[in-house]
Amino acid sequence: MKIFSKKPILITILRNAPIILLFISVLNEFDLNYLELKYFSFNFPFILIFYWSLKKSESLGYGYIFLAGLFNDVVVGLPIGISSFSYLLISGFASYLRNITLSPNLIKDWIFFLFTILVVNSTVFLSLTLLFLYSLDYYDLVINIFFTFLFYIIFANIFKFYQEVVFGKTND
Amino acid sequence: MESSRDDFIIAIRSAFLKKGNQQRFSLIGLIIFSITILILGRFNFKPIDYLKISLNEIAYRSTFVVSLPENYFKKIYRNIDSHLNFYNDYSNIQEKLKQLEGQNKIDEYIIIENKRLKKIIDDYIITSEEIIAKVLIDKQSPFLKTIIINKGSKNDIKRGMIVLDGDYLVGKIVEVNFLTSRVLLLSDLNSKIPVTIEPGGHQSILSGTGKNYGIIQYSKNKYIGEEKNIIYSSGSGGLFKPGIPIGKMEKDQIKADNIIIFFSDFSQLKFVKVLLFKKDMN
Repeated sequence: MKIFSKKPILITILRNAPIILLFISVLNEFDLNYLELKYFSFNFPFILIFYWSLKKSESLGYGYIFLAGLFNDVVVGLPIGISSFSYLLISGFASYLRNITLSPNLIKDWIFFLFTILVVNSTVFLSLTLLFLYSLDYYDLVINIFFTFLFYIIFANIFKFYQEVVFGKTND
Repeated sequence: MESSRDDFIIAIRSAFLKKGNQQRFSLIGLIIFSITILILGRFNFKPIDYLKISLNEIAYRSTFVVSLPENYFKKIYRNIDSHLNFYNDYSNIQEKLKQLEGQNKIDEYIIIENKRLKKIIDDYIITSEEIIAKVLIDKQSPFLKTIIINKGSKNDIKRGMIVLDGDYLVGKIVEVNFLTSRVLLLSDLNSKIPVTIEPGGHQSILSGTGKNYGIIQYSKNKYIGEEKNIIYSSGSGGLFKPGIPIGKMEKDQIKADNIIIFFSDFSQLKFVKVLLFKKDMN
Protein backbone atom coordinates (compact mmCIF):
# COMPACT_ATOMS: atom_id res chain seq x y z
CA MET A 1 0.00 0.00 0.00
CA LYS A 2 2.98 2.27 0.53
CA ILE A 3 3.35 2.78 -3.21
CA PHE A 4 -0.21 4.14 -3.36
CA SER A 5 0.05 6.33 -0.26
CA LYS A 6 0.64 9.45 -2.31
CA LYS A 7 -2.45 8.80 -4.42
CA PRO A 8 -5.52 9.14 -2.18
CA ILE A 9 -7.99 8.61 -5.04
CA LEU A 10 -6.43 5.27 -5.88
CA ILE A 11 -6.53 4.24 -2.22
CA THR A 12 -10.22 5.16 -2.01
CA ILE A 13 -10.96 3.09 -5.11
CA LEU A 14 -8.98 0.13 -3.81
CA ARG A 15 -10.65 0.29 -0.39
CA ASN A 16 -14.09 0.50 -1.99
CA ALA A 17 -13.32 -2.21 -4.54
CA PRO A 18 -15.75 -4.75 -2.98
CA ILE A 19 -18.67 -2.31 -3.45
CA ILE A 20 -17.55 -1.35 -6.95
CA LEU A 21 -17.14 -5.02 -7.86
CA LEU A 22 -20.57 -5.81 -6.42
CA PHE A 23 -22.26 -3.18 -8.60
CA ILE A 24 -20.28 -4.20 -11.68
CA SER A 25 -21.18 -7.82 -11.09
CA VAL A 26 -24.91 -7.17 -10.73
CA LEU A 27 -24.96 -4.89 -13.76
CA ASN A 28 -22.71 -7.10 -15.84
CA GLU A 29 -23.35 -10.63 -14.47
CA PHE A 30 -20.03 -12.46 -14.49
CA ASP A 31 -21.70 -15.60 -15.71
CA LEU A 32 -19.39 -16.48 -18.64
CA ASN A 33 -22.54 -17.47 -20.54
CA TYR A 34 -20.90 -16.65 -23.87
CA LEU A 35 -18.77 -19.78 -23.44
CA GLU A 36 -22.09 -21.58 -23.99
CA LEU A 37 -21.29 -24.30 -21.50
CA LYS A 38 -24.50 -26.26 -21.17
CA TYR A 39 -24.49 -26.94 -17.46
CA PHE A 40 -22.57 -24.06 -15.97
CA SER A 41 -23.61 -21.01 -14.02
CA PHE A 42 -22.61 -19.46 -10.75
CA ASN A 43 -23.64 -16.54 -8.60
CA PHE A 44 -20.69 -14.21 -8.12
CA PRO A 45 -22.51 -11.62 -5.92
CA PHE A 46 -23.30 -14.37 -3.37
CA ILE A 47 -19.58 -15.20 -3.05
CA LEU A 48 -18.57 -11.55 -2.88
CA ILE A 49 -21.17 -10.56 -0.29
CA PHE A 50 -20.56 -13.59 1.92
CA TYR A 51 -16.77 -13.20 1.92
CA TRP A 52 -16.64 -9.46 2.58
CA SER A 53 -19.49 -9.50 5.11
CA LEU A 54 -17.62 -12.22 6.94
CA LYS A 55 -14.08 -10.88 6.77
CA LYS A 56 -14.51 -7.13 6.57
CA SER A 57 -18.13 -6.17 7.07
CA GLU A 58 -17.45 -2.43 7.02
CA SER A 59 -16.26 -2.67 3.40
CA LEU A 60 -19.77 -3.56 2.20
CA GLY A 61 -22.54 -1.35 3.58
CA TYR A 62 -25.96 -2.96 3.99
CA GLY A 63 -27.51 -0.03 2.13
CA TYR A 64 -25.28 -0.68 -0.87
CA ILE A 65 -26.07 -4.39 -0.75
CA PHE A 66 -29.79 -3.57 -0.73
CA LEU A 67 -29.38 -1.20 -3.69
CA ALA A 68 -27.27 -3.73 -5.63
CA GLY A 69 -30.07 -6.25 -5.11
CA LEU A 70 -32.61 -3.85 -6.60
CA PHE A 71 -30.37 -3.33 -9.65
CA ASN A 72 -29.94 -7.08 -10.02
CA ASP A 73 -33.72 -7.59 -10.02
CA VAL A 74 -34.12 -4.98 -12.72
CA VAL A 75 -31.33 -6.39 -14.92
CA VAL A 76 -32.36 -10.04 -14.58
CA GLY A 77 -36.12 -9.36 -14.59
CA LEU A 78 -36.96 -10.79 -11.19
CA PRO A 79 -39.66 -9.34 -8.90
CA ILE A 80 -38.23 -6.22 -7.32
CA GLY A 81 -36.86 -6.81 -3.81
CA ILE A 82 -36.10 -10.53 -4.10
CA SER A 83 -32.34 -10.17 -4.73
CA SER A 84 -32.02 -7.50 -2.02
CA PHE A 85 -33.67 -9.92 0.36
CA SER A 86 -31.37 -12.80 -0.61
CA TYR A 87 -28.21 -10.64 -0.50
CA LEU A 88 -29.10 -9.25 2.93
CA LEU A 89 -29.89 -12.73 4.18
CA ILE A 90 -26.42 -13.83 3.07
CA SER A 91 -24.95 -10.85 4.90
CA GLY A 92 -26.89 -11.87 8.00
CA PHE A 93 -25.61 -15.44 7.85
CA ALA A 94 -22.04 -14.21 7.35
CA SER A 95 -22.44 -11.83 10.25
CA TYR A 96 -23.76 -14.67 12.44
CA LEU A 97 -20.77 -16.84 11.50
CA ARG A 98 -18.43 -13.97 12.33
CA ASN A 99 -20.02 -13.62 15.77
CA ILE A 100 -19.70 -17.30 16.69
CA THR A 101 -16.22 -17.84 15.23
CA LEU A 102 -13.23 -17.65 17.53
CA SER A 103 -10.58 -19.09 15.22
CA PRO A 104 -11.45 -18.53 11.54
CA ASN A 105 -11.01 -21.47 9.19
CA LEU A 106 -11.54 -21.30 5.44
CA ILE A 107 -12.94 -24.83 5.14
CA LYS A 108 -15.50 -24.19 7.89
CA ASP A 109 -16.46 -20.92 6.20
CA TRP A 110 -16.82 -22.84 2.95
CA ILE A 111 -19.18 -25.42 4.49
CA PHE A 112 -21.19 -22.68 6.16
CA PHE A 113 -21.37 -20.87 2.81
CA LEU A 114 -22.92 -24.01 1.29
CA PHE A 115 -25.52 -24.08 4.06
CA THR A 116 -26.19 -20.35 3.53
CA ILE A 117 -26.71 -20.54 -0.24
CA LEU A 118 -28.88 -23.63 0.16
CA VAL A 119 -31.16 -21.80 2.58
CA VAL A 120 -31.18 -18.54 0.59
CA ASN A 121 -31.74 -20.19 -2.79
CA SER A 122 -34.48 -22.41 -1.37
CA THR A 123 -36.22 -19.34 0.05
CA VAL A 124 -35.90 -17.49 -3.27
CA PHE A 125 -37.06 -20.55 -5.24
CA LEU A 126 -40.11 -21.01 -3.01
CA SER A 127 -41.01 -17.30 -3.16
CA LEU A 128 -40.69 -17.18 -6.94
CA THR A 129 -42.65 -20.35 -7.61
CA LEU A 130 -45.32 -20.05 -4.91
CA LEU A 131 -45.78 -16.30 -4.55
CA PHE A 132 -44.96 -15.06 -8.06
CA LEU A 133 -45.87 -18.23 -10.01
CA TYR A 134 -42.61 -18.27 -11.97
CA SER A 135 -41.58 -21.46 -13.75
CA LEU A 136 -38.01 -22.26 -12.76
CA ASP A 137 -35.87 -25.25 -13.57
CA TYR A 138 -34.95 -26.92 -10.31
CA TYR A 139 -31.85 -28.55 -11.82
CA ASP A 140 -30.51 -25.21 -13.08
CA LEU A 141 -30.73 -23.92 -9.53
CA VAL A 142 -28.91 -26.97 -8.15
CA ILE A 143 -26.15 -26.56 -10.76
CA ASN A 144 -25.91 -22.87 -9.91
CA ILE A 145 -25.58 -23.68 -6.18
CA PHE A 146 -22.98 -26.36 -6.87
CA PHE A 147 -20.72 -24.10 -8.96
CA THR A 148 -21.20 -21.14 -6.61
CA PHE A 149 -20.08 -23.40 -3.77
CA LEU A 150 -17.06 -24.68 -5.75
CA PHE A 151 -15.99 -21.22 -6.84
CA TYR A 152 -16.15 -19.83 -3.29
CA ILE A 153 -12.83 -21.37 -2.33
CA ILE A 154 -11.09 -19.90 -5.39
CA PHE A 155 -12.52 -16.40 -4.96
CA ALA A 156 -12.00 -16.50 -1.18
CA ASN A 157 -8.27 -17.01 -1.74
CA ILE A 158 -8.15 -14.19 -4.31
CA PHE A 159 -10.08 -11.87 -1.97
CA LYS A 160 -7.85 -12.85 0.95
CA PHE A 161 -4.78 -11.92 -1.04
CA TYR A 162 -6.40 -8.63 -2.03
CA GLN A 163 -7.42 -7.94 1.56
CA GLU A 164 -3.87 -8.47 2.75
CA VAL A 165 -2.46 -6.16 0.08
CA VAL A 166 -5.00 -3.35 0.47
CA PHE A 167 -6.20 -3.54 4.09
CA GLY A 168 -3.17 -5.16 5.68
CA LYS A 169 -2.62 -8.58 7.29
CA THR A 170 -5.69 -10.58 8.29
CA ASN A 171 -5.99 -12.62 11.50
CA ASP A 172 -6.88 -15.90 9.79
CA MET B 1 -28.09 -26.88 26.90
CA GLU B 2 -29.63 -23.69 28.22
CA SER B 3 -26.42 -21.68 27.78
CA SER B 4 -25.81 -22.89 24.19
CA ARG B 5 -29.36 -21.75 23.29
CA ASP B 6 -28.61 -18.39 24.88
CA ASP B 7 -25.37 -18.12 22.90
CA PHE B 8 -27.26 -18.88 19.69
CA ILE B 9 -29.86 -16.20 20.43
CA ILE B 10 -27.18 -13.66 21.34
CA ALA B 11 -25.25 -14.39 18.11
CA ILE B 12 -28.43 -14.11 16.01
CA ARG B 13 -29.45 -10.89 17.75
CA SER B 14 -26.00 -9.46 17.28
CA ALA B 15 -25.89 -10.45 13.58
CA PHE B 16 -29.33 -9.20 12.58
CA LEU B 17 -30.42 -6.58 15.08
CA LYS B 18 -27.24 -4.77 16.03
CA LYS B 19 -26.08 -2.08 13.67
CA GLY B 20 -22.57 -3.12 12.66
CA ASN B 21 -19.40 -1.02 12.48
CA GLN B 22 -19.75 1.89 10.05
CA GLN B 23 -23.20 0.63 8.95
CA ARG B 24 -25.85 3.27 8.41
CA PHE B 25 -28.78 0.86 8.26
CA SER B 26 -29.81 -2.07 10.39
CA LEU B 27 -29.78 -5.42 8.62
CA ILE B 28 -33.14 -6.56 9.93
CA GLY B 29 -34.66 -3.20 8.96
CA LEU B 30 -33.51 -3.60 5.36
CA ILE B 31 -34.63 -7.24 5.23
CA ILE B 32 -38.11 -6.22 6.39
CA PHE B 33 -38.07 -3.37 3.86
CA SER B 34 -37.15 -5.83 1.05
CA ILE B 35 -39.98 -8.17 2.06
CA THR B 36 -42.39 -5.20 2.12
CA ILE B 37 -41.32 -4.16 -1.39
CA LEU B 38 -41.73 -7.75 -2.58
CA ILE B 39 -45.22 -8.10 -1.14
CA LEU B 40 -46.35 -4.68 -2.40
CA GLY B 41 -44.89 -5.51 -5.83
CA ARG B 42 -46.86 -8.75 -5.85
CA PHE B 43 -50.07 -6.73 -5.50
CA ASN B 44 -49.00 -4.20 -8.17
CA PHE B 45 -48.73 -1.29 -5.74
CA LYS B 46 -48.28 1.84 -7.88
CA PRO B 47 -45.24 3.43 -6.14
CA ILE B 48 -43.36 0.12 -6.55
CA ASP B 49 -44.10 0.24 -10.30
CA TYR B 50 -42.71 3.80 -10.46
CA LEU B 51 -39.63 2.70 -8.51
CA LYS B 52 -39.13 -0.17 -10.94
CA ILE B 53 -39.52 2.05 -14.01
CA SER B 54 -36.97 4.56 -12.64
CA LEU B 55 -34.51 1.80 -11.78
CA ASN B 56 -35.04 0.23 -15.21
CA GLU B 57 -33.96 3.36 -17.04
CA ILE B 58 -30.87 3.81 -14.86
CA ALA B 59 -29.86 0.14 -14.71
CA TYR B 60 -30.26 -0.67 -18.41
CA ARG B 61 -28.08 2.23 -19.52
CA SER B 62 -25.49 1.54 -16.81
CA THR B 63 -25.45 -2.15 -17.69
CA PHE B 64 -24.78 -1.33 -21.32
CA VAL B 65 -21.77 0.80 -20.34
CA VAL B 66 -20.48 -1.64 -17.70
CA SER B 67 -20.80 -4.55 -20.14
CA LEU B 68 -18.60 -2.91 -22.78
CA PRO B 69 -15.29 -4.51 -21.64
CA GLU B 70 -16.86 -7.95 -21.28
CA ASN B 71 -18.57 -7.61 -24.64
CA TYR B 72 -15.22 -6.78 -26.16
CA PHE B 73 -13.72 -10.01 -24.80
CA LYS B 74 -16.82 -11.87 -25.90
CA LYS B 75 -16.33 -10.52 -29.42
CA ILE B 76 -12.67 -11.58 -29.46
CA TYR B 77 -13.60 -15.06 -28.22
CA ARG B 78 -16.23 -15.44 -30.94
CA ASN B 79 -13.87 -14.14 -33.62
CA ILE B 80 -11.23 -16.67 -32.68
CA ASP B 81 -13.84 -19.41 -32.58
CA SER B 82 -15.21 -18.51 -36.01
CA HIS B 83 -11.70 -18.37 -37.48
CA LEU B 84 -10.94 -21.83 -36.17
CA ASN B 85 -14.10 -23.20 -37.78
CA PHE B 86 -13.71 -21.20 -40.97
CA TYR B 87 -13.01 -24.04 -43.41
CA ASN B 88 -15.75 -26.36 -42.08
CA ASP B 89 -18.28 -23.54 -42.17
CA TYR B 90 -17.30 -22.65 -45.72
CA SER B 91 -17.79 -26.24 -46.95
CA ASN B 92 -21.18 -26.51 -45.23
CA ILE B 93 -22.33 -23.17 -46.62
CA GLN B 94 -21.34 -24.15 -50.18
CA GLU B 95 -23.38 -27.31 -49.93
CA LYS B 96 -26.39 -25.53 -48.45
CA LEU B 97 -26.21 -22.74 -51.02
CA LYS B 98 -26.60 -25.19 -53.87
CA GLN B 99 -29.73 -26.65 -52.29
CA LEU B 100 -31.20 -23.24 -51.45
CA GLU B 101 -30.70 -21.79 -54.93
CA GLY B 102 -32.89 -24.54 -56.32
CA GLN B 103 -35.46 -24.17 -53.56
CA ASN B 104 -35.62 -20.39 -53.88
CA LYS B 105 -37.14 -20.52 -57.36
CA ILE B 106 -39.99 -22.72 -56.13
CA ASP B 107 -40.51 -20.56 -53.03
CA GLU B 108 -40.92 -17.35 -54.98
CA TYR B 109 -43.77 -18.83 -56.94
CA ILE B 110 -45.42 -20.23 -53.79
CA ILE B 111 -45.22 -16.86 -51.98
CA ILE B 112 -46.93 -15.02 -54.80
CA GLU B 113 -49.60 -17.67 -55.06
CA ASN B 114 -50.10 -17.65 -51.29
CA LYS B 115 -50.59 -13.89 -51.16
CA ARG B 116 -53.15 -14.05 -53.95
CA LEU B 117 -55.11 -16.86 -52.29
CA LYS B 118 -55.05 -15.19 -48.86
CA LYS B 119 -56.43 -11.98 -50.30
CA ILE B 120 -59.29 -13.96 -51.81
CA ILE B 121 -60.23 -15.43 -48.39
CA ASP B 122 -59.66 -12.06 -46.63
CA ASP B 123 -56.88 -13.36 -44.39
CA TYR B 124 -54.00 -11.38 -45.76
CA ILE B 125 -51.89 -9.98 -42.96
CA ILE B 126 -49.61 -7.03 -43.24
CA THR B 127 -47.00 -5.82 -40.86
CA SER B 128 -46.84 -2.49 -39.12
CA GLU B 129 -43.78 -0.35 -39.59
CA GLU B 130 -40.67 -2.22 -38.63
CA ILE B 131 -38.82 -0.86 -35.63
CA ILE B 132 -35.17 -1.79 -35.60
CA ALA B 133 -33.83 -2.00 -32.07
CA LYS B 134 -30.40 -2.54 -30.65
CA VAL B 135 -29.95 -5.19 -27.98
CA LEU B 136 -28.70 -3.37 -24.91
CA ILE B 137 -28.43 -6.26 -22.50
CA ASP B 138 -28.38 -9.97 -23.25
CA LYS B 139 -27.25 -11.04 -19.81
CA GLN B 140 -29.52 -14.02 -19.50
CA SER B 141 -29.74 -15.34 -16.00
CA PRO B 142 -29.55 -19.12 -15.59
CA PHE B 143 -33.28 -19.03 -14.85
CA LEU B 144 -34.78 -16.26 -16.97
CA LYS B 145 -34.10 -15.72 -20.65
CA THR B 146 -34.81 -12.13 -21.57
CA ILE B 147 -33.06 -9.33 -23.43
CA ILE B 148 -33.36 -5.56 -23.18
CA ILE B 149 -33.69 -3.45 -26.33
CA ASN B 150 -33.13 0.28 -26.73
CA LYS B 151 -36.64 1.15 -27.90
CA GLY B 152 -39.55 1.87 -25.60
CA SER B 153 -42.94 3.55 -25.45
CA LYS B 154 -41.32 6.67 -26.91
CA ASN B 155 -40.85 4.69 -30.15
CA ASP B 156 -44.41 3.25 -30.10
CA ILE B 157 -43.35 -0.11 -28.73
CA LYS B 158 -46.28 -1.89 -27.13
CA ARG B 159 -46.54 -4.92 -24.91
CA GLY B 160 -47.15 -8.08 -26.92
CA MET B 161 -45.37 -6.95 -30.10
CA ILE B 162 -43.30 -9.68 -31.67
CA VAL B 163 -39.55 -9.59 -32.07
CA LEU B 164 -37.71 -11.05 -35.04
CA ASP B 165 -34.07 -11.73 -35.80
CA GLY B 166 -34.04 -11.45 -39.60
CA ASP B 167 -37.03 -13.59 -40.57
CA TYR B 168 -36.91 -15.77 -37.49
CA LEU B 169 -39.09 -15.38 -34.44
CA VAL B 170 -37.17 -14.54 -31.27
CA GLY B 171 -39.80 -13.62 -28.69
CA LYS B 172 -42.26 -10.97 -27.65
CA ILE B 173 -42.26 -7.72 -25.70
CA VAL B 174 -43.27 -8.26 -22.08
CA GLU B 175 -42.28 -4.97 -20.44
CA VAL B 176 -42.19 -1.48 -21.90
CA ASN B 177 -40.37 1.47 -20.36
CA PHE B 178 -40.02 4.94 -21.83
CA LEU B 179 -36.68 4.31 -23.57
CA THR B 180 -36.22 0.55 -23.26
CA SER B 181 -38.20 -2.69 -23.41
CA ARG B 182 -37.77 -6.25 -22.21
CA VAL B 183 -38.17 -9.15 -24.64
CA LEU B 184 -39.13 -12.59 -23.34
CA LEU B 185 -37.18 -15.05 -25.48
CA LEU B 186 -38.76 -18.22 -26.83
CA SER B 187 -36.22 -20.23 -24.83
CA ASP B 188 -37.53 -18.91 -21.49
CA LEU B 189 -39.32 -21.45 -19.34
CA ASN B 190 -42.32 -19.10 -19.10
CA SER B 191 -42.65 -18.67 -22.90
CA LYS B 192 -45.48 -20.62 -24.48
CA ILE B 193 -46.62 -19.93 -28.05
CA PRO B 194 -48.96 -21.64 -30.51
CA VAL B 195 -47.08 -23.30 -33.37
CA THR B 196 -47.61 -25.48 -36.41
CA ILE B 197 -45.40 -28.50 -37.04
CA GLU B 198 -44.73 -28.97 -40.75
CA PRO B 199 -45.14 -31.13 -42.74
CA GLY B 200 -48.54 -32.23 -41.54
CA GLY B 201 -49.80 -28.94 -40.11
CA HIS B 202 -50.05 -30.27 -36.55
CA GLN B 203 -51.11 -27.56 -34.10
CA SER B 204 -49.30 -27.49 -30.79
CA ILE B 205 -47.71 -25.32 -28.11
CA LEU B 206 -44.01 -24.60 -28.09
CA SER B 207 -42.56 -24.12 -24.64
CA GLY B 208 -39.15 -22.77 -23.66
CA THR B 209 -36.95 -24.86 -21.41
CA GLY B 210 -34.59 -22.29 -19.93
CA LYS B 211 -31.85 -23.80 -22.15
CA ASN B 212 -31.04 -22.93 -25.78
CA TYR B 213 -33.80 -25.15 -27.17
CA GLY B 214 -37.56 -25.55 -26.88
CA ILE B 215 -39.95 -28.48 -26.57
CA ILE B 216 -43.40 -29.32 -27.88
CA GLN B 217 -45.56 -29.20 -24.81
CA TYR B 218 -49.12 -29.83 -25.97
CA SER B 219 -50.36 -31.28 -29.22
CA LYS B 220 -53.36 -33.20 -30.46
CA ASN B 221 -53.11 -36.96 -29.79
CA LYS B 222 -49.79 -36.26 -28.05
CA TYR B 223 -48.06 -35.92 -31.41
CA ILE B 224 -44.43 -35.12 -30.71
CA GLY B 225 -43.22 -34.64 -34.29
CA GLU B 226 -40.33 -36.16 -36.14
CA GLU B 227 -36.73 -35.23 -36.70
CA LYS B 228 -36.20 -32.41 -39.21
CA ASN B 229 -39.80 -31.17 -38.91
CA ILE B 230 -39.94 -27.37 -39.17
CA ILE B 231 -41.76 -25.32 -36.56
CA TYR B 232 -43.69 -22.19 -37.62
CA SER B 233 -45.89 -19.83 -35.65
CA SER B 234 -49.51 -20.91 -36.10
CA GLY B 235 -51.15 -17.52 -35.66
CA SER B 236 -53.71 -18.93 -33.19
CA GLY B 237 -54.78 -16.29 -30.71
CA GLY B 238 -54.06 -13.52 -33.21
CA LEU B 239 -50.80 -12.38 -31.68
CA PHE B 240 -48.37 -13.88 -34.16
CA LYS B 241 -48.61 -13.93 -37.90
CA PRO B 242 -48.86 -17.53 -39.10
CA GLY B 243 -45.84 -19.00 -40.83
CA ILE B 244 -42.95 -17.25 -39.11
CA PRO B 245 -40.12 -19.79 -39.00
CA ILE B 246 -39.01 -20.66 -35.47
CA GLY B 247 -36.86 -23.75 -35.46
CA LYS B 248 -36.13 -27.28 -36.49
CA MET B 249 -36.92 -30.48 -34.64
CA GLU B 250 -33.99 -32.62 -33.63
CA LYS B 251 -33.41 -35.64 -31.47
CA ASP B 252 -31.82 -34.97 -28.09
CA GLN B 253 -29.02 -37.52 -27.81
CA ILE B 254 -29.15 -37.63 -24.02
CA LYS B 255 -32.87 -37.65 -23.30
CA ALA B 256 -33.86 -39.31 -26.63
CA ASP B 257 -36.72 -36.78 -26.92
CA ASN B 258 -37.48 -34.41 -29.77
CA ILE B 259 -36.29 -30.88 -29.08
CA ILE B 260 -36.65 -27.67 -31.09
CA ILE B 261 -33.40 -26.02 -32.11
CA PHE B 262 -34.15 -22.36 -32.80
CA PHE B 263 -33.07 -20.92 -36.14
CA SER B 264 -31.85 -17.79 -34.40
CA ASP B 265 -28.96 -17.94 -31.94
CA PHE B 266 -30.29 -15.95 -28.99
CA SER B 267 -26.83 -15.44 -27.51
CA GLN B 268 -25.69 -13.57 -30.65
CA LEU B 269 -28.48 -11.02 -30.99
CA LYS B 270 -27.27 -7.52 -31.77
CA PHE B 271 -30.17 -5.90 -33.63
CA VAL B 272 -33.75 -7.12 -33.74
CA LYS B 273 -36.95 -6.10 -35.53
CA VAL B 274 -40.04 -5.29 -33.52
CA LEU B 275 -43.31 -5.65 -35.40
CA LEU B 276 -47.03 -5.64 -34.94
CA PHE B 277 -49.06 -7.73 -37.37
CA LYS B 278 -52.53 -6.70 -38.36
CA LYS B 279 -55.10 -7.63 -40.99
CA ASP B 280 -55.06 -5.90 -44.36
CA MET B 281 -58.19 -3.74 -44.59
CA ASN B 282 -57.79 -2.79 -48.27
